[in-house]
Amino acid sequence: SIRNGIRSRELFVLTYGALVAQLCKDYEKDEDVNKYLDRMGYDIGIRLVEDFLARSAVKKCRSYSETVDMIAQVAFKMYLGITPSVSRSNTTENEFFLILENNPLVDFVEELPAGRTSLCYCNILCGVIRGALEMVHLAAEVNFIQDRLKGDDFTEIGITFLKKLEDKKHKRNK
Amino acid sequence: MAIFSVYVVNKAGGLIYQLDHYAPRSETEKTFSFPLDLVLKLHDERVVVAFGQRDSIRVGHAILSINGVDVNGKYTADGKEVLEYLGNPANYPVSIRFGRPRLSSNEKLMLASMFHSLFAIGSQLSPELGSSGIEMLETDTFKLHCFQTLTGIKFVVLADPRQAGIESLLRKIYEIYSDFALKNPFYSLEMPIRCELFDQNLKLALEVAEKTGPFGPGS
Repeated sequence: SIRNGIRSRELFVLTYGALVAQLCKDYEKDEDVNKYLDRMGYDIGIRLVEDFLARSAVKKCRSYSETVDMIAQVAFKMYLGITPSVSRSNTTENEFFLILENNPLVDFVEELPAGRTSLCYCNILCGVIRGALEMVHLAAEVNFIQDRLKGDDFTEIGITFLKKLEDKKHKRNK
Repeated sequence: MAIFSVYVVNKAGGLIYQLDHYAPRSETEKTFSFPLDLVLKLHDERVVVAFGQRDSIRVGHAILSINGVDVNGKYTADGKEVLEYLGNPANYPVSIRFGRPRLSSNEKLMLASMFHSLFAIGSQLSPELGSSGIEMLETDTFKLHCFQTLTGIKFVVLADPRQAGIESLLRKIYEIYSDFALKNPFYSLEMPIRCELFDQNLKLALEVAEKTGPFGPGS
């Protein structure tokens, strides 16, 4: 839909920033902030996936590689307007990487504050991906491998697929 | 009214939403004098017509109300057994309303769960892996359309066999679900959907779908 004049992107980026800032006030340890960002992301992902499937009308993916391509080229495009590039690990089975060239969430963030060197600012994205995958019966570990905000060269999300979840056994990852 | 009902079944086979959209068809109220020329019997805790079909009272129709008061299964509203009541000439003349019995909520829950199981069996019977599962169940009086999402939720619509556009209606219901149920933060996944906005938008979608297809027969 046309959003002329409606600056929802700015509102979104500011809201996310406020969220992270508040979590930093609430929790001293970076690991805790990361954990809660991931958990929130999970709760978003399990719902967002239906919106994605309802509107993109994509067919069922037949391989992990197809799935990751779908996430990068369709989902990221749809919700963040970016298309990360996909690569695959040549050491670990079922491990894929998404390389984010630009990321609207951190457009206005220069660097992490002192004392927050382990903070994964965009960790919500990992939770979203993990939750969404779980709803289509794919268990995966999702985390930031590299982060420009931490001084790395790239921002890279790693997705490692675990044993396929049975349709009937529906494990909630809390 | 060519779309009869909508069911939403969660991943475990539980019914989380149900809407009946049809106006009740063929309900007949008539006054009778003793003796009743219909043969009645008990069936599934209701009093139904076994024989003696006449006018618009059909075999299989259940007694819905007596003298304007809804019956309670096989009992009248004040606790008497219907068959006993109708066997007594002193209670005549009596006005009885007959019609197709509506399913109770429990019956609907059970049927949804049963359909979920049949759906699973259907997928397993498929000669190829990754079957879509049951997409349509056809009878002479209705067609049942089913759409299962990749996440395992099923949207089921019962409609007139001639009603077109149900495929796109099912997709539309999926969108309405993803908007008005899932984006409501107070709605818990897999639980019964009690969202006013979901109801409203669904009814709107049904009306739109009915207008685009041919109408079913009037009652």
